[in-house]
Amino acid sequence: MKKKVKKIFQSNEPYIFLIIIILGIVVQIRSGQFFTGNNIVDLLSAMIVPGLFAIAEFMALISGGIDVSFPALASLSAYATTKILLDKGYEGNVFLAFLIAVLIGAFLGAINGYFIGYLNLNAMIVTLGTSSIFQGFMQGTLRANQLSVIPQGMKKFGTDSFITATNKVNGLSSVLPYTFLILIIVCALMFFVLRYTIFGRGIYAIGGNALSAHTAGFNVKRTKFIMYIIIGMIASIGGICRVCMMQQCHPTNMLGMEMNIIAGVVLGGVALTGGAGTLTGCMLGTFLIILVQNSMILLGIPTTWSDVFVGLVIVIGVSLTALQSSRTSRSKKKAVKEGA
Amino acid sequence: MNKAKSIYRKNPEVSRLLIIMLLWLIFMMFTQAEKFFTGRNFLTMAGQFPEYGLMALGGMLCMITGGIDLAVVGTANMASILSVYTMIHFFGEDGTMPMAFSVVIFLIAVLTGVVVGSINAFLISKLGVPPILATLGVNEFLTGLCIVVTNGSAVSSFPKQYCDFFSGNFLGFIPRRLIVFIVVAIIIWLMLEKSTYGTKLRLYGTNAHVAKFSGINTTALLFRTYITSSICAALGGLMMLATYSSARADYGSNYTMQAILLIVLGGVSPNGGKGKISGVITAIVLLKMIESGINRFRSVSTYYVTLIWGAVLILALVIDYFSQKPKKTK
Repeated sequence: MKKKVKKIFQSNEPYIFLIIIILGIVVQIRSGQFFTGNNIVDLLSAMIVPGLFAIAEFMALISGGIDVSFPALASLSAYATTKILLDKGYEGNVFLAFLIAVLIGAFLGAINGYFIGYLNLNAMIVTLGTSSIFQGFMQGTLRANQLSVIPQGMKKFGTDSFITATNKVNGLSSVLPYTFLILIIVCALMFFVLRYTIFGRGIYAIGGNALSAHTAGFNVKRTKFIMYIIIGMIASIGGICRVCMMQQCHPTNMLGMEMNIIAGVVLGGVALTGGAGTLTGCMLGTFLIILVQNSMILLGIPTTWSDVFVGLVIVIGVSLTALQSSRTSRSKKKAVKEGA
Repeated sequence: MNKAKSIYRKNPEVSRLLIIMLLWLIFMMFTQAEKFFTGRNFLTMAGQFPEYGLMALGGMLCMITGGIDLAVVGTANMASILSVYTMIHFFGEDGTMPMAFSVVIFLIAVLTGVVVGSINAFLISKLGVPPILATLGVNEFLTGLCIVVTNGSAVSSFPKQYCDFFSGNFLGFIPRRLIVFIVVAIIIWLMLEKSTYGTKLRLYGTNAHVAKFSGINTTALLFRTYITSSICAALGGLMMLATYSSARADYGSNYTMQAILLIVLGGVSPNGGKGKISGVITAIVLLKMIESGINRFRSVSTYYVTLIWGAVLILALVIDYFSQKPKKTK
């Protein structure tokens, strides 16, 4: 029992969870608005798109790679999908939009996967390159500009309320759209895949040590290839969710999100070197960043300070994570020595 | 023929880029000769690349250690905003600034670089934070500070003597910014190739443990590297200030990725341990030529520049992959 508790506190998740709770209480004391239905709903709906991206990035990091192309990938596939549906005058429901986006995302992900998996090139550089290719293709070839009208089905999907919460004090109400269900489904699905399938265990194994994974019988190249396809699909779903929720398609406003997402995932205890980390931690880390960004107003801090605080949270958070992991590895070494 | 081959082998990264550059120049000769091959066009190009060229030079050192510096743009903007406020403080919004004061401005940039670089290096070497995250967080923090100081708007009313001087030409045709770039490049070349620092740096990049056990003070090494990188970035910021003649928190926000792209294209391995300044400089010049060449075609959208940059990066990697393949099987 004691061992189990010790083990839990050696990981990052409980600390992140504690920080989130403390921050929540601070905001509650300052403004009395934190634990209200509509604030929680607002936070959850701000979580949807970054959450989906975080799941995608999480897999890339677990495998020892990194993906900086997902904002460009998501923008491209969401833009192309919306444009296709608009040109065809499509009025039906949203499933077709997701289907097209996922197909495009899978194709774009396969490009990343081919270079990273089969040619074994450095993931960071490949995704950096494909990121500018996707962006150039979208803005140059497709001549993307803002689409202020989106198909009826997508609009409906983005505004229909799954949960509505009204704040009794000031009468503001917030809507949690059905896109939240998508986050839950994707999260549950990936949790299952990473935990109980050979493919998912393979991703962890490759991140731990690609050579050993190969010796143990995992098809390293194919696993990476398929993984980047899945990353592309999840990122595209995130892109479509964003378009649905914003009621318009802006080609560039997702770009530049990658670094904060990566920071969030790493805050949750996912090792940049690969092989270690949990999906729970990843979601908690992402939530922490969202929380800091969204609570500025409630705390009465001018929004110009938002970047300063996000930067501070990243620096302090990753420093603590680094100290924590070096302590853990030291105590492990000690245990080994004592055992011998 | 054999001689050509041996030259190629000796420095494959540079030769590869030179071949691409040659092909591009030939292509431009057939399509846009009269617009592209003018002295003025080349001088314009030479005046434009020092901004991100300087950032790339510093970032290169970090990447040779196996790290990365994502805080370059934040540092650059911080330096330019600080120097603008210093000018306003001493000479008022529309006063005149004696030219000698430029020295103070350069000192401010260097100081900014030292402070930011020390923070980065402290996080990386003392606390063991992965470089990508440490510098990312610092960048976000610096950008935030810049926004707070300027309220997010551009500061453009300040004594312009500095900007006029550095956006001008030396002897009437050599851009002064190019001279700054060349001076910094020579200093970094001396550090890398003519001092033990370069050897230590490459050893650390190849294997940090071995470097530590062979008696190298790795903490000092990292401090020196990240401080140099931040100073370069801050100087890049001063060049940006000269070009735009205003300072703002979000200028050059795409320079981060651009700088990394240049470094990698120049043959620096992101895993560390490998890299030459000649490669990076060739990459800087090549990409500027491509960018400027594409802008000559009126019908082609400028957004194709990003597409081509990405394609060139992947192409360079793939060429590398297939040219190394046979060696491995031996």
